[in-house]
Amino acid sequence: MTDPPGNVTGVPDPDVLIHANGLTKRFGDFVAVDGIDFELHRGEAFGFLGPNGAGKSSTMRMIGCVSPPSGGDLSILGMDPVADGPAIRARLGVVPQEDTLDVELTVRENLLVYGRYFGLSKAVISERTERLLDFVQLAERAGDEVEPLSGGMKRRLTIARSLINDPEIMILDEPTTGLDPQARHVVWDRLFRLKQQGVTLILTTHYMDEAEQLCDRLVVMDGGKIVAEGSPRELIDTYSTPEVLELRFQISEHDLAAEKVADAPAERMEVLADRVLLYVRDGDAALAAVRGLGLEPMTSLVRRSTLEDVFLRLTGRRLED
Amino acid sequence: MVAAVKRAPAPMARVGAKAALTYGLREFRSWLVNYRRTWRGTVYSSLLGPVLYLGAMGLGLGTLVNRHGTGSLGGVSYLQFLAPGLLAAQAMQSATEESSWPVFGSVKWRRTYQAAAATPLRPADIFHGHLLFTTMRLVMNCTVFVAVMAAFGAVRSAWVLAAIPVAILTGLAFATPMEAFAVTREKPNSFAMIFRFGIIPLFLFSGTFFPISQLPGALQPVAYVTPLWNGVALSRSLCLGTATLGPALAHVAYLVAFAIAGLIAGQRCYRRRLYV
Repeated sequence: MTDPPGNVTGVPDPDVLIHANGLTKRFGDFVAVDGIDFELHRGEAFGFLGPNGAGKSSTMRMIGCVSPPSGGDLSILGMDPVADGPAIRARLGVVPQEDTLDVELTVRENLLVYGRYFGLSKAVISERTERLLDFVQLAERAGDEVEPLSGGMKRRLTIARSLINDPEIMILDEPTTGLDPQARHVVWDRLFRLKQQGVTLILTTHYMDEAEQLCDRLVVMDGGKIVAEGSPRELIDTYSTPEVLELRFQISEHDLAAEKVADAPAERMEVLADRVLLYVRDGDAALAAVRGLGLEPMTSLVRRSTLEDVFLRLTGRRLED
Repeated sequence: MVAAVKRAPAPMARVGAKAALTYGLREFRSWLVNYRRTWRGTVYSSLLGPVLYLGAMGLGLGTLVNRHGTGSLGGVSYLQFLAPGLLAAQAMQSATEESSWPVFGSVKWRRTYQAAAATPLRPADIFHGHLLFTTMRLVMNCTVFVAVMAAFGAVRSAWVLAAIPVAILTGLAFATPMEAFAVTREKPNSFAMIFRFGIIPLFLFSGTFFPISQLPGALQPVAYVTPLWNGVALSRSLCLGTATLGPALAHVAYLVAFAIAGLIAGQRCYRRRLYV
């Protein structure tokens, strides 16, 4: 279906692990992924940031070789996902959005069953199981059934399971969705360590803080298309200002205040349902200017720009609602 | 990575059969890990079924039947008439049960099929592996059934051993289409309907408990085309020593056709379900 990923000389770049060109996924008339291009490089953590329904999961399923592309080219580890699915999947580690653990089995049995799917011997599986359960801090629960484990523990077990075949690429679809903040930080910490060890990560998220913490490089997706690409820093520098002034007024005064604030010097202004955001170089100076207009906000906050601001700028909508 | 590109594998078709076997066995082994925890219970229930049926119907009801003469049964006792038919009928029943809820649960609740699909296994491998496990359970159930038959004195000759593969084949004629159907379901509602309006009528009217010749004339052709009747008739003729080659081959061919049709349907349905 595809030629190997190549540069102008036609020699495949060994450090390009995934190459997508015009990649498209349709479900009937609905276009879930609308002709996206990207490359995944060895050793990087690459993210797809976008709201629910942006086409992130569909993209991940195509990369996981469980969803045949409807159009475009996709090459994974130099192979064709449709023809060489088993050979590609043998070298991937997949953390799906919804856990697919066998909750009736023990923690250790889950790794045994999964390791065998990759044709690993019992000795290899049990050696890796000890190491991986240590890594995800579940060693003490090795003999316990999965059912009663917390959501965060199940997620960590899924991460351990996805590493049993020593994968070259780890695919994580919304790795911390549905977890409480503390559990999310534990998962982030583990993923960050994997990244430090040089594991290539490709992940989707609709949490901007997750993208900022984990991704070396990311694309912003909306409505099946890639709307921007770069490192978190580059994206913020390109599409936002260094600081953001958030103003909250009395609800009765919100609309009127928003009109008046427009006179304050700012590169850009966003009026949300409950807040007014001013994109500026110096937040404190902007706040003084707002006060100079005779406005006194209920609360004000000066903060640095985030990917949330980038997304708002690019799509006119917020990431998390 | 360059080396990895060079050792890009041969097209799947070339390694097809070997890979299918290797991958199918991996899925089968995962079912064995699960079964390690539940096998005791299943052995008791596979023992209890034939004991209850052969006791209540074969011996209890049989006493009444035998008193009125068993000419229409071919001159054997009711127990001897019933047992071989029941062997095939219980194979159908257990095969259908093991192919409905466990398949549905694996794709919808536990999502273990999806877990396996993220590994080198392909949808067809997942199907084949599960089917192999269903077959193993059929082998166990049918063997236990024949042992109970022997304990009840319902075995006339060693030909009963030939009835075991026939019963397994009967089970598979139901298991493959049922697994194909079950994997497509979003809700399990239809299973109860299938049992109530499909499996139970077949169980009762396919010649298991009384000869088809006792059915009203218009219904007899219906009974003859059911796979269960083919299994019951073959199993019984083998056990009673009345089998002849032609009809036996026809029964086998009929059952094999059902099993293969289900196998092909299953390969398609599993792919469609797991590769969206």
